[in-house]
Amino acid sequence: MFLSTTGVLVTIDRLVSPASRATEVLGGELTESSLKSYLNGISGVDAVGLESRAADLGSRSIKTTSKAWALDRIISLIDLTTLEGADTPGKVRSLVAKGLTPDAADPACPRVAAVCVYGDMVPAAVEALGASHGLDEAPGGINVAAVATAFPSGRASLAVKLADTADAVAAGADEIDMVIDRGAFLSGRYGQVFDEIVAVKEACRRSDGSFAHLKVILETGELNTYDNVRRASWLSILAGGDFIKTSTGKVAPAATLPVTLLMLEVVRDWHRLTGEKIGVKPAGGIRTSKDAIKYLVAVAETAGEEWLQPHLFRFGASSLLNDVLMQRQKLASGHYSGADYVTID
Amino acid sequence: MSHLAVPKTYKLYIGGKFPRSESGRVYEIVDASGEFLANAAHASRKDARDAVVAARAAVSGWSKATGYNRGQVLYRIAELLEGRRAQFVDEIVRSEGVSAAAATAQVDEAIDRWIWYAGWADKYVQVAGNANAVSGPYFNISVPEPTGVVAIVAPQDSSLVGFISAVAPALVAGNTVVVIAAERLPLSAISLAEVLATSDVPGGVVNILTGSPAEIAPWLASHADVNALDLVGAGALDWVQLQIDAAETLKRVFPPEQGSDAAAPSLARIVGFTETKTVWHTKSLI
Amino acid sequence: MSFLEYAPAPESTALLSLQSEYGLFIDGSFRAGSNPTFSTISPATEKHIATIASASSADVDAAVAAARRAYDSTWSRLSGRDRGKYLFRIARLVQERARELAVAESLDNGKPIKESRDVDVPLVAAWFFYYAGWADKLDHAGLGADPRALGVAAQVIPWNFPLLMLAWKIAPALAAGNTVVLKPAETTPLTALLFAEIVQQAGLPDGVVNIITGAGSTGRDLVNHPDVNKVAFTGSTSVGREIARSLAGTSKKLTLELGGKGANIVFDDAPIDEAVEGIVRGIFFNQGHVCCAGSRLLVQENIHDEVVDRLKARLSTLRVGDPLDKNTDVGAINSAEQLARIRELSDIGEAEGASRWSPACDLPADGFWFAPTIFTNVSTASRIARDEIFGPVLSILSFRTPAEAIAKANNTPYGLSAGIWSSNGSRVLAVADKLRAGVVWANTFNQFDPSSPFGGYKESGYGREGGKQGLAAYLAPAASSRGAVERASGAAEIDSGNVESLALPITNEGSSK
Repeated sequence: MFLSTTGVLVTIDRLVSPASRATEVLGGELTESSLKSYLNGISGVDAVGLESRAADLGSRSIKTTSKAWALDRIISLIDLTTLEGADTPGKVRSLVAKGLTPDAADPACPRVAAVCVYGDMVPAAVEALGASHGLDEAPGGINVAAVATAFPSGRASLAVKLADTADAVAAGADEIDMVIDRGAFLSGRYGQVFDEIVAVKEACRRSDGSFAHLKVILETGELNTYDNVRRASWLSILAGGDFIKTSTGKVAPAATLPVTLLMLEVVRDWHRLTGEKIGVKPAGGIRTSKDAIKYLVAVAETAGEEWLQPHLFRFGASSLLNDVLMQRQKLASGHYSGADYVTID
Repeated sequence: MSHLAVPKTYKLYIGGKFPRSESGRVYEIVDASGEFLANAAHASRKDARDAVVAARAAVSGWSKATGYNRGQVLYRIAELLEGRRAQFVDEIVRSEGVSAAAATAQVDEAIDRWIWYAGWADKYVQVAGNANAVSGPYFNISVPEPTGVVAIVAPQDSSLVGFISAVAPALVAGNTVVVIAAERLPLSAISLAEVLATSDVPGGVVNILTGSPAEIAPWLASHADVNALDLVGAGALDWVQLQIDAAETLKRVFPPEQGSDAAAPSLARIVGFTETKTVWHTKSLI
Repeated sequence: MSFLEYAPAPESTALLSLQSEYGLFIDGSFRAGSNPTFSTISPATEKHIATIASASSADVDAAVAAARRAYDSTWSRLSGRDRGKYLFRIARLVQERARELAVAESLDNGKPIKESRDVDVPLVAAWFFYYAGWADKLDHAGLGADPRALGVAAQVIPWNFPLLMLAWKIAPALAAGNTVVLKPAETTPLTALLFAEIVQQAGLPDGVVNIITGAGSTGRDLVNHPDVNKVAFTGSTSVGREIARSLAGTSKKLTLELGGKGANIVFDDAPIDEAVEGIVRGIFFNQGHVCCAGSRLLVQENIHDEVVDRLKARLSTLRVGDPLDKNTDVGAINSAEQLARIRELSDIGEAEGASRWSPACDLPADGFWFAPTIFTNVSTASRIARDEIFGPVLSILSFRTPAEAIAKANNTPYGLSAGIWSSNGSRVLAVADKLRAGVVWANTFNQFDPSSPFGGYKESGYGREGGKQGLAAYLAPAASSRGAVERASGAAEIDSGNVESLALPITNEGSSK
């Protein structure tokens, strides 16, 4: 896997197509078999060692000023999420309000990075955000992320997946959270997974030629082995993903610290190889500040501190926000807060 | 016409060959009544050095042979001994001055002990090793492995059974040996060397020196490439000094033993010259 | 602000209630020593912690006599079950006072609190639990039925894992029915003295455990005491050699855990991120004050640069500093003397042409500190590739083939530990077979467990600690069983029991047969 041992630092032009970026890294023709031999050549993972390293990182003791900084930073990295069959425009408006003003009693409280909804809820989210739409566009703005590609199972034809994606982008989604075809991946059809990501990336193209950011959900709970997670991470990045994301939140286990650490190692290695920074998004199962801080530590000590910004790291979460808010209140007031002192969305 | 006897020349046994001592020295072996029996090679420190070199070179092959294979090779020695019982009985009668019945009993005991040890070659690991139930996701196993080159001062008051009782257990685990035979009773040892030389025991696995233990043992005790020292037959030597010499490279040392039970058969004689190696390996489903 | 500059997270020392002065623990109570007292200091600050007694020869006599009395009058008469119960009590008391012991250990030794808290002290409790259960099962220790204790054990331990080494020594000795006199290292006596309090709290009969403090001469008096039956020493090879010499011709049984220069072998198919972690754990754990440290890194040539790059990046995240800060990864060097040795050998490494590298790190002004250091371009002949440095200094060499890796790994008078990193299980097992080392860690490093025998080949010592073997080191076959004798002819009964009875070298017990 260690392409850097060739001594060639591959530079990636953001505008080239994913296929040509993969061709450069693979150093030859892009075929099903060249992709397979490349991915199978990636260094294996020793699960015991990985989990032990994750546990070490999780045992950092983050106190006082570092904790205060961490809590605020966690909020600004959250993709505040609702992905229920029962979602309504009203629910989404409420989510947006919470995302923009997490703690009504504290105007200094940062906003979340994005709200994350099903595709048909994008118009409701965009409308609710109004002038605050866009992490980069509006001061204090937040993004709209839409899950797409027959989320969460991904079991639909490519045409349906692409239409799903294009629909959400057209409705104003800034970010697309797609799922890979785990069935294809597990049966070794890496080329098919690759092509699908490339096609979805293309479907993220807006009429002005810019792209919605693409997060590729690996659904690590279904990939099962760490070796698969590492291969799928490389595959997703090669195919043009801007982010790699652990889970849909609909399959257990969702995000775990070892899996996230492993994906952070991949983006670190990709950066060493190409100079390009890819984001990581653990999603599902991160409910407490204490847990979230462990992820910040893992990010800072693996990929580097510069990854602790919304363009490179996100938490896919819903209940996490309120726990962080209660911890913030505790730090500010010196006494413990309660659930009635934070709002439900 | 009478047949004029053809006496045997007793030489050293080093690296599968039968050299004379590089020093050119011999010493007289006499029978119980003081009559001349033979000249034996009087090994020098350089012979001891050569024997250690030969023993070291043989460690790799002998220790990596399977236990089953070592067991068969050792068992074959017993077969050959059995075929030459008369010769050993004769030598023991002449050199120890004992009755034919006593000499026969010694040879039989020696053969039986050899077989007993041969049978351990593929078993001692099971008995002395163990799987360890550690508190964590690790495969963990401990196995005894041969220590390496073992220098032995053979029991001094026994021609064959003492010699075999000291040499056989060291071989079982895959060690190679440099053994100083009984100074006064070396004939059986050299005859055994002839058996070894025609067997499947690789050259260098057993190296036999005859001569003065007092002269040779210090060189072996202090030799940095010797891993262990069996002083079973060193009771009459300055064995405390030999232990002190052996401490310089932290050799494993067996103390002198006296009496008819010296070097009695025991698993401890096998395991004492092994090293327990513990191997950890991570263990995970995903 | 930089998040990575984690705010200080000091472990509280409030739960530590130390005496200002500690005596010798002999016959169940503390008493003054006859030699002048000395001060134990914190190596992180050089500040005085407590005044410690120093035992004279007469004090050693008193301690051995107390142990002998306790052996004769109580401990050897106690049932295995009851001995076990005392050990279980100790294990529980260690758990109950775990945090306090961890703080004391980090204070006195300089090791990071996360290691004393998460590794040392939990293992101490585990060791006592493990051997507690053995006390009434000695028939299964491998020496046949009714093995007997040896008597009084003299135990001398080093400063790198003060309380853990105490547990390694005392737990099996007591389980087997021996009484002990233990001497902790001069620079790290504190936790042994807290342990003496635990012995009192556990209600152990007086004299079963005696702790005497002092310098090297105290240890020498102890191991050479004529009424001692067993000597167990962990420390340097040079002192081990001296002990082996001085015990020549005596009937004392001896086990030695000595130095090492462990090879950590990384093959090109290794799980690379975990290997880098294992390299770090192998040499920077406990500031490299580990006899089984992976101090020689052998990297397959085709991934050498890659591994070195990754290692450097990883080392840049190591946090060196206050041992009591919960985020500290590398603490203080234990003593000025040790620091001087590490500096000297590192300077020699540089002078011999190796390339030296350390991450940028601010070291505290007071105390004894040495930044994590790696050497590349190290030749096999270099001092830093052969001598035990016993500090946070890694020597990196390369190899091309498995055979070369094995040859280089074994090319040392030591033989304590080795590491193998490879995803090829068959190769791992084959290499493990060929390494001349008592402990081989494959795809992990520096793991310890009470059930797992630990000890060296060659000049790393002899005897094993941990497991059944570690118990047998404190036992002899039943006196009535004619020791190790098994008749070959006509002996149908082959007792599996005598496995370890001769595995403890330097004893002339057999000569009396």
